[in-house]
Amino acid sequence: MTERVITCINCPMGCRVTVRLEGSEIVDVSGYTCKRGDTYARQECVEPLRMVTAVIPVEGSVCPLSVKTASPIPKAKIAEAMRALGDLRLTAPITAGTAVLKNVCGTGVDVIATRTV
Amino acid sequence: MQDIIIIGAGVVGCALARELSFCEADITVVDMGSDAAEGASKANSGIVHAGFDAHPGTDKARFNVMGAAMYPALCAELGVPYRQNGAMVLAFSEDDRATILRLKEQGEQNGVPGLRVIEREEIRALEPNVSPEAVCALLAPTSGIVSPYELTFALADHAAVNGVRFAFDTKVESIRRTEEGWMLSTSRGDMACRTLINCAGVGSAEIHRMMTGRDEDRIISRRGQYWILDHAKPEPFTRTMFQCPTKMGKGVLVAPTVHGNVLLGPTAEDIDDPLDTATTAKGLSDVLAACRLTWPQVSTRSAVTNFSGIRAHEARGEFIIGPVEGAKNAWETVGIESPGLTSAPAIAAELARAIAEAEGLKYKADIVPAPKPPKPFNEMTPEEQAAACAADPLNGRLICRCEVVTEAEIRAAIHRPVGARSIDAIKRRTRAGMGRCQGGFCAPRVAEILAEELGLPITAITKNGGQSLMLTSTLAEAMKEAESHE
Amino acid sequence: MSELRVERRDIVIVGGGPAGLAAAIAAHEAGIRSLTVLEREAHAGGILRQCVHNGFGLHRFGEEMTGPEYAQRDIDRAAELGIDIRCDTTVLSVENNRRVTCVSPTEGLTVFEAGAVVLAMGCRERPRGALGTPGTRCAGIYTAGAAQKLINLESMMPGRRVVILGSGDIGLIMARRMTLQGAKVLACVELMPYSSGLNRNIVQCLEDFGIPLYLSHTVTDIQGRERLEGVTVAEVDANRRSIPGTEMHFDCDTLLLSVGLIPENELSKGAGVSLSNLTSGAVMDDSLQTSVPGIFACGNVLHVHDLVDFVSEESFRAGQMAAAYVRGELQPAEILPVKDGPGVRGAVPQQVRKGLKEDVRIMFRPDAVYRNASAVVVSGGKELARKRSLIFTPGEMAVITVKAAQLLQAEDEGLTVRIERKDA
Repeated sequence: MTERVITCINCPMGCRVTVRLEGSEIVDVSGYTCKRGDTYARQECVEPLRMVTAVIPVEGSVCPLSVKTASPIPKAKIAEAMRALGDLRLTAPITAGTAVLKNVCGTGVDVIATRTV
Repeated sequence: MQDIIIIGAGVVGCALARELSFCEADITVVDMGSDAAEGASKANSGIVHAGFDAHPGTDKARFNVMGAAMYPALCAELGVPYRQNGAMVLAFSEDDRATILRLKEQGEQNGVPGLRVIEREEIRALEPNVSPEAVCALLAPTSGIVSPYELTFALADHAAVNGVRFAFDTKVESIRRTEEGWMLSTSRGDMACRTLINCAGVGSAEIHRMMTGRDEDRIISRRGQYWILDHAKPEPFTRTMFQCPTKMGKGVLVAPTVHGNVLLGPTAEDIDDPLDTATTAKGLSDVLAACRLTWPQVSTRSAVTNFSGIRAHEARGEFIIGPVEGAKNAWETVGIESPGLTSAPAIAAELARAIAEAEGLKYKADIVPAPKPPKPFNEMTPEEQAAACAADPLNGRLICRCEVVTEAEIRAAIHRPVGARSIDAIKRRTRAGMGRCQGGFCAPRVAEILAEELGLPITAITKNGGQSLMLTSTLAEAMKEAESHE
Repeated sequence: MSELRVERRDIVIVGGGPAGLAAAIAAHEAGIRSLTVLEREAHAGGILRQCVHNGFGLHRFGEEMTGPEYAQRDIDRAAELGIDIRCDTTVLSVENNRRVTCVSPTEGLTVFEAGAVVLAMGCRERPRGALGTPGTRCAGIYTAGAAQKLINLESMMPGRRVVILGSGDIGLIMARRMTLQGAKVLACVELMPYSSGLNRNIVQCLEDFGIPLYLSHTVTDIQGRERLEGVTVAEVDANRRSIPGTEMHFDCDTLLLSVGLIPENELSKGAGVSLSNLTSGAVMDDSLQTSVPGIFACGNVLHVHDLVDFVSEESFRAGQMAAAYVRGELQPAEILPVKDGPGVRGAVPQQVRKGLKEDVRIMFRPDAVYRNASAVVVSGGKELARKRSLIFTPGEMAVITVKAAQLLQAEDEGLTVRIERKDA
């Protein structure tokens, strides 16, 4: 049996939610004040997800292009995703919303432009 | 071989370079810093002292009074901000009153005009924010304020347009006598000259030792810490407010600056490292505590920054000015502490005459006039601002919003005769970054302009020369570097 | 000497960030066509342009957006309406007669005579100098926002080994940002016993990367002659004085400061607008009008907000009110003061017009962390509004609405906002 304490991020309360696991199976969740804490803590134990945002240099422009993952990706993939983005070389014009990198690191999630250059 | 090398681009070295630039001579000023005024000249109280402090008959007294008298015309000629705002020395006890009376007598012997002892009511009428504890004060109407680094830059510029070269980032490592004069070994190679002049401030004793092999001048590095407060209207004090002097110096002051800020300080701490310009928690709180005596409402709520400067205190408290004993073609100014800024123009004028005579220099028939800086955009009327924008559209783009400095002004600072090459150099010449945000908004833009004008990559731009780089790399380089560490 | 070029406008808006754009859109939608927005940067959008992270827009648009995406919505809307936005234009002064003087490289100096002025200049960061931290004045000390601008708008890296002083949201965001770009963030140091940043940022920007957060600590010394070489961090006591013997040293080349935001009110001062010592912004009434008739203020220049969504909401109202003023619909009225009671700092608006027949939202910052407490608005012994919350923290702006019907019962002495503990 293992125990993990997760700080809930949904509101300023920051509940310390305790999740008890048997192997990878959740047997108990306690310490939350509302349902959101329960859901969040479970997700964090199964597979934490994060949005990744970054900027990518654009040929011929001082200001780089800001990008984001279209949806959250597994936290474990963040560093790899940043490296993949670091290798990108873009040229204008790019419209906000366009995918600049498809299926980043096999996550099934595209990286899209958040600005038009 | 050069005719003359001056070591030190502080206010004394630059004033002397300017005086000597009126002679037929090939002159270089060398300095270990990346700009003029990098030592005590950039970090002092900026007071043009009336001259009541120094003991009658000393060089300090003579140069002080002579220098103070030169200031109005010199600053007008160079276009440097100067204001004769007057000063008070406050007495908080009857013992202090005795000191005040002694200062008045001393000042009169030194030839200081207009000194007067005033009582509490008059003090409060003239300076309503002064502590009610002040019982009387010495009023010195001829005391003034100046921007010490702007004066130094203007002196350097005037010297430069008359042919003087400036070699920055050049540290003198050793000096030897040659047949014709002197050979300097520096961090940037060897330099030869006939006449060598030591104006090296806190480093002047070390240079003296290199020139003579004698370890005899004792210079104590005396650190002074300051607070600077944002400009406020009305100014809390229009005059420079001193307390009674102590054996360590003139004590702390509360003073307006020519740009409307308030200066609090300095401390007086003797330290070992002549380059240790760090401030300390104790020093800064000592300044506040001492200033509270003068100004009970003092607060650092509007503090813009704190800094410290190191003054070169000669062990006997004297100025040592003139030919170096026992060495040919060698001159020096050692121990130039307060009232060194005030005295600098007088020291330079007198020493230049002596050098010219001794070395047989001829005065030039034509002297290029000082390149007067244009009126700051911030001080213009709207009509003048409109005209400035019409003349140069880049006056229409503000880079520093706190101090209202335009892109045209920043570019012009880079192209002055002794031009700005770092963020701080721009700051001291234009005030961009001097304000309450301390360059938070403008420094990145200033760095871009510097890179563009100097033809350097932006990653090579420094805060203040040397390795004071503003940026460590581009984003792409940072990522590669991180990967190679993995 | 050249003649000054003078132009007439119904409304001039100073600042083209989220506040100014929202005010302009609202004023236009309220029928004002003679309208100009003055923006000092080359693009509209303000600070959002450099906030490339997500977390914006949830309240206003019901979706999570990045800063540039949020800004673009307003920029597009303003373009659709044909609103005149003058970029690369810096305002030099605003006068109490609503004359606005500005300069730009293309237009030179222009004076606008405006029917109403909306101040929307935003805020700035507290720099090192204001903290009085001793040490050397070397390169490598940046406010978090300046570092953010260098990285996100200029592709430049300000440092490799980083300590962050202050745990405000921008500092936390930059901890993650610099880590993802290859820097090593050694510590985040917070003077107070709590962070002013969101939990979400503490978890996702610090904990995710194993960056320690030192609460009740501060930087006591800064070392390095040219570039920063290190900082000393020490624990502080209840009076925020450093405790000798608790010093830790960090070798770092960069110190980022995230130690508070200050409304940028230099122009407001020039216009003679009264400022509050508590918010550092203008004293205003429920119509967002300042002490100078016809001059309105909104967004972070008025008081520092946590969320841009609320900046936009407030600024829409400022735009509407400025339009009403121009049309002569906003009459001078007697006012009721809104005062801070126990637990409350800087309640805004500081004044409510007497006889107002609208709900009024009062915002404030709690002065400490309160759990299981209520925010209460009282007047002359009568309770006008109450809002319970599991937690009030200084890091989150609290909002309480007084209903129109209740407001009409307010006594002349005005309203007082306070926090009541449940257990008290």
